[in-house]
Amino acid sequence: MADATSPTPDPTSPRSPTSPTSPTSPTRTTRLRWTGSADYIAADDLQRIVNAAIALGRPLLLRGEPGTGKTLLATSIATGLGLPLLTWHVKSTTKAKEGLYVYDTVQRLYDSRFQDKDVGDIRQYIHLGPLGKAFAADHPTVVLIDEVDKADVEFPNDLLHELDAMSFTIPETGDVVTAKVRPIVIISSNNEKELPDAFLRRVVFHYIDFPDEALMSQIVAVHFPGLDEALARRAMTEFYRLRAVDGLRKRPSTSELIDWIAVLLAHGVPPESLGEGELPFLGTLIKRERDLPIVKDARKGTQRWRK
Amino acid sequence: MAQVSSSLLFGRLFFGLRGAGIPVGVTEWMTLMEALASGAVEPSLDALYAVGRAVLVKHEAHFDTWDQVFAASFGDAVMPVALKEELLDWLANPIERPGLSPEELAALETLSLDELRQRFLERLDEQTERHDGGNKWIGTGGTSPFGHGGNNPAGVRVGGAGGGRQAIQVAGERRYRDYRSDRILDTRATALALRKLRRLGRVEGEPELDIEETIDQTCKQAGELTLEFRPPRENQARVLLLMDVGGSMTPYTRLVETLFSAASGLNHWKKLEAFYFHNCPYSKVWRSMSSGESEPLAEILKSRTPETFLLLVGDASMAPSELLSPSGAIDWFERSETPGLVWLHRLRTHFARSAWVNPMEPAHWRGYTVELIAKLFPMFPLTVDGLGQCVEHLVKKTPPPPVADLDPRLFRGGW
Repeated sequence: MADATSPTPDPTSPRSPTSPTSPTSPTRTTRLRWTGSADYIAADDLQRIVNAAIALGRPLLLRGEPGTGKTLLATSIATGLGLPLLTWHVKSTTKAKEGLYVYDTVQRLYDSRFQDKDVGDIRQYIHLGPLGKAFAADHPTVVLIDEVDKADVEFPNDLLHELDAMSFTIPETGDVVTAKVRPIVIISSNNEKELPDAFLRRVVFHYIDFPDEALMSQIVAVHFPGLDEALARRAMTEFYRLRAVDGLRKRPSTSELIDWIAVLLAHGVPPESLGEGELPFLGTLIKRERDLPIVKDARKGTQRWRK
Repeated sequence: MAQVSSSLLFGRLFFGLRGAGIPVGVTEWMTLMEALASGAVEPSLDALYAVGRAVLVKHEAHFDTWDQVFAASFGDAVMPVALKEELLDWLANPIERPGLSPEELAALETLSLDELRQRFLERLDEQTERHDGGNKWIGTGGTSPFGHGGNNPAGVRVGGAGGGRQAIQVAGERRYRDYRSDRILDTRATALALRKLRRLGRVEGEPELDIEETIDQTCKQAGELTLEFRPPRENQARVLLLMDVGGSMTPYTRLVETLFSAASGLNHWKKLEAFYFHNCPYSKVWRSMSSGESEPLAEILKSRTPETFLLLVGDASMAPSELLSPSGAIDWFERSETPGLVWLHRLRTHFARSAWVNPMEPAHWRGYTVELIAKLFPMFPLTVDGLGQCVEHLVKKTPPPPVADLDPRLFRGGW
């Protein structure tokens, strides 16, 4: 990804760190200021929130409808600041400890059977997870804990201490891993589960709004440079009308719109055919069978009303 | 900005947020102060708005309230107060009042819906404090057309449970509907909570690796790897789901639908059976409301093993007579001589592992019948957390229920 817009930290910045950081806590990356990146258009408010989270050394919790670019924002923060991104994809079976380290007991047992390594050295079987690597790194990093709500309900609570103290102990070796530089932690959530209050109290929260038509045209333009303007306008109008239909179980989001336009282009659908009768390739936009009759009824309704 | 006025302004913001019902604590507040002191936030109102919201407000549902409080603190808008909540809280705490004679009821004014709405709003404007009893103000246990738990032939009920005394013996159209639906993805969280409801037992089948035993045997063989296998475990749990439908449950249809489709889509238990009832189960429960197929409750008590997990879903809110009188059922055609509470007691005694799931908010579990039922069944809210606790309660071994006799005084006449 192009790094042209990445700002190098400005030491003469008037807002250099004045925060009363206690001597034991890891250095905060206050001097870093994020202003977006080449492939991500960031509103002023978003920049302020991200920079406040960086200055505070608090995790930034991102929430929003699926397809509003939560993961993309984390990538952009990393590129914009010129820092490496460590991604931790959370699954339903993920345990909090796995983000810190994994002790590969099976490999050790295997090695003990065939005796080609010194199994007495446990350290070689300890593999650091994304968060563990970020703590151990000498330079600032960006850690993305992706879809934190997928895991067990207790998962965020299990991470509270580590995120607060930025340090953890590996009982198997007695090693203590403490962050030299506070990593920038970004946490994304689809809101499938409510997150615990104790966890929410410690994070900086940002809700990614669904893009309005103006921003959406910019997003579409990024994906389809040189798109026929009539088609883009027609498709957007129909898309926002569809989103406004009451009672949909799953409203189409940005990624569905992008897919839809791609299909329309691939089949050479003329712009005039949108907006009359049934929409072509509706299945790209509406993914639930139950939603289809609702959409059809709603469209019939508006057409009758138009006459 | 002078030091004094700025601290006043910030105090207004903090207490304004708390007053409007946003759960802001000192931790978040100090974090905001730290952010401002660190210099990472430019000294402008726009920046304070964005960063303040990110630090203090943790749910998008509260963003609107934040906007209002912010406008009131730094502009000249009116500070919002969680008025509606207060009103609902107080009305949800009804005072039971002796029944009125038909003459008295007839004497009360009967109004059309529009008139009622109009007067409700007028009276809400006039009224400034809590009010119980009486015949004019909005309150509980009164004869005014407005409020909760009162007696008026044409009343506006404010919050709380539906179906006052006037609803007794509804023989009209039965608005029961089956809750079955195929919403699989929306029900994820519910399904996750229910997954923990299991009773594992060893069954025949493809053997699996027994890690504990393998470690033990390997140690005994001085490090020589010895693999041990055992038959797989399978969930032996049987679940019986009894659901209240129609009437006062209508607002919760979607919630119960979610629960039911999560349960039926789980495919995780040995057996899941679902039945429906209206307000309280009596001599029979329905397998499907549309076909009218029913099964006698006595038969269920006889043929289902006591090991079955029993889950009752309902708001437990009804006229006391529906629970306590012979033939108390709200449905004209249901003529069970045995009061509903006795049927519930039989269920509770037979099924040692049982619980009641209530879709109402726990703050509103204050009616007479809710309290009676909550004494019999542990009651949990129909939320992901509530279900989790419910499942926890069902799974762990609980002592058999006290076989306390039902207090005969409960069933005195006059309901």
